[in-house]
Amino acid sequence: MRYNERELLSLARQPAEKAAEIRMSVPKKGSVLKKRLVKLVVNFLFYFRTDEAEPIGALLLEHCRITKEEENIFSISFIEEPERKYCFECATEEQCQEWVEALKRASYEFLRRSLIFYRNEIQKMTGKDPLEQYGISEEARFQLGAHRQ
Amino acid sequence: MKLNERSLAFYATCDSPADNAGFLYKRGERHTAYHRRWFVLKGNMLFYFEERDSREPVGVIVLEGCNVELCDSAEGFAFAIRFGGSKSRTYVLAAESQAAMESWVKSLSRASFDYMRLVVRELEKQLQEMRLGPAGGCGGSRELPGPWKPRPSGLEQSRERLPALPAILPKENGCAVWNNVLGADRPPGSSGCGGHDEEGTPRPPPLPPRRRVSNGEAGAAVAESPSTFCRLHEQYSREVARLRQDWQQRRRGPRP
Repeated sequence: MRYNERELLSLARQPAEKAAEIRMSVPKKGSVLKKRLVKLVVNFLFYFRTDEAEPIGALLLEHCRITKEEENIFSISFIEEPERKYCFECATEEQCQEWVEALKRASYEFLRRSLIFYRNEIQKMTGKDPLEQYGISEEARFQLGAHRQ
Repeated sequence: MKLNERSLAFYATCDSPADNAGFLYKRGERHTAYHRRWFVLKGNMLFYFEERDSREPVGVIVLEGCNVELCDSAEGFAFAIRFGGSKSRTYVLAAESQAAMESWVKSLSRASFDYMRLVVRELEKQLQEMRLGPAGGCGGSRELPGPWKPRPSGLEQSRERLPALPAILPKENGCAVWNNVLGADRPPGSSGCGGHDEEGTPRPPPLPPRRRVSNGEAGAAVAESPSTFCRLHEQYSREVARLRQDWQQRRRGPRP
C-alpha cells in the first residue's frame, strides 16, 4: 500500500504525547525484546532504535486492543489478527499503567465516541446542540450511527 | 519505515463508518494524467481504491497537518492537499460536481486528529462548567457507556468533582493528557482545564452557568481566557468560506 512516507516521518519528529525508552518485541517468530524509543503522536505509535533519528516503524492505533499482560508488560494487537502481539516491557508497573491508559485513548475512533458522548450529555442538560454554534452539527464525522456514504 | 499495512487495509475496508466516500480523480505524481479512484475518508486517513469494490486500497494519504486548497485546473472541481515540508508532494484531486468538491474540501479540512481533539476538549470543558454550576455540583448522570470508567486512583478520588465523566479527564497536574502537543497555551492549573484549585483549598463559589449567545460570539461561550479551539475553528471556517468564494469567483470568470 502506498503512503506518504515523508509526512509520516515528519509526524514522527513532532512533540509526542508520550515518549519513553521501552523494551519492545514485534510479532515475528523468534523476536526478542529490544530497547526502543517509543513515541506516541496523535494516533500513531512510532518506534526508533535509541540512537537513530528515523523510526524503524509506525503503528496506526485504530481498531487495536491494548492489553495489560503480566508484570510491567502490555501488548498491542489488532482486531483482525489478535494473536499477533507487539509486546512492551516497561521499567515500572506505574509506567505500564500510564501507557495502557494513554494508548487506549489514542485513537481517532475513541475521540469520536467521546465527542458523541459529550455532545449528547450537553444536549440532555441544555436542550441545545453544542456543535451548532460552531456550524458543524451536520458534519458526518460527528453523527451517531452510520454515516451517509 | 514499516507500517502495519494489514491493519490499515482492515481499517479501510471494515464496516466502521466513513466520514466521506466517493469517486475522485487523482493526478499522478510523475505523469499528469488523472486516474479515477474510489476514495474513503476515515478519521485522518484518506484511502483510495482502484475500484469501489476492490478488496484492498491502492494507497493512503495520512492527512495530519495538511492544508486543503482549491486549484487552477482545466479539469474543474479540482482541489489540492498540501503539506508543510518543502519536498512534500501535493495531491491534486478533482471531484465530479461542485457539491462533491465542496463536501470533500470541507471534510478533508477538518479531518485531523488535532481538530477532533480540540472539539472534544471544548465539549469536555463545557460539560465540566455546566456541572460545576450551582444546581449541578457533583450530580449528573452516572451512566457511562462501556469503554469509559473513571480511573480508580486515590488522587482522582480526592479531586472528584466530576465522578461521572470518562477517564479522559485531567490528570493530577490539572492538565489533560494531550496538553503538551498543542503548545503552551494551557499551562498547568489554567482555568481551561477546569482546574480551579489543585491544592485542595476551597474553591470560590461557582459562577452562574454561562448563557450561550446564539450568534457569532463564540468567545463568550467559553472561558474568558483565549480559546485555542475558537481561534482555530474560526480559522478553518474562514478558510473554507474563502475557498468557496474563490471557486465561485472563478466560475463566474474574470470581471470586465
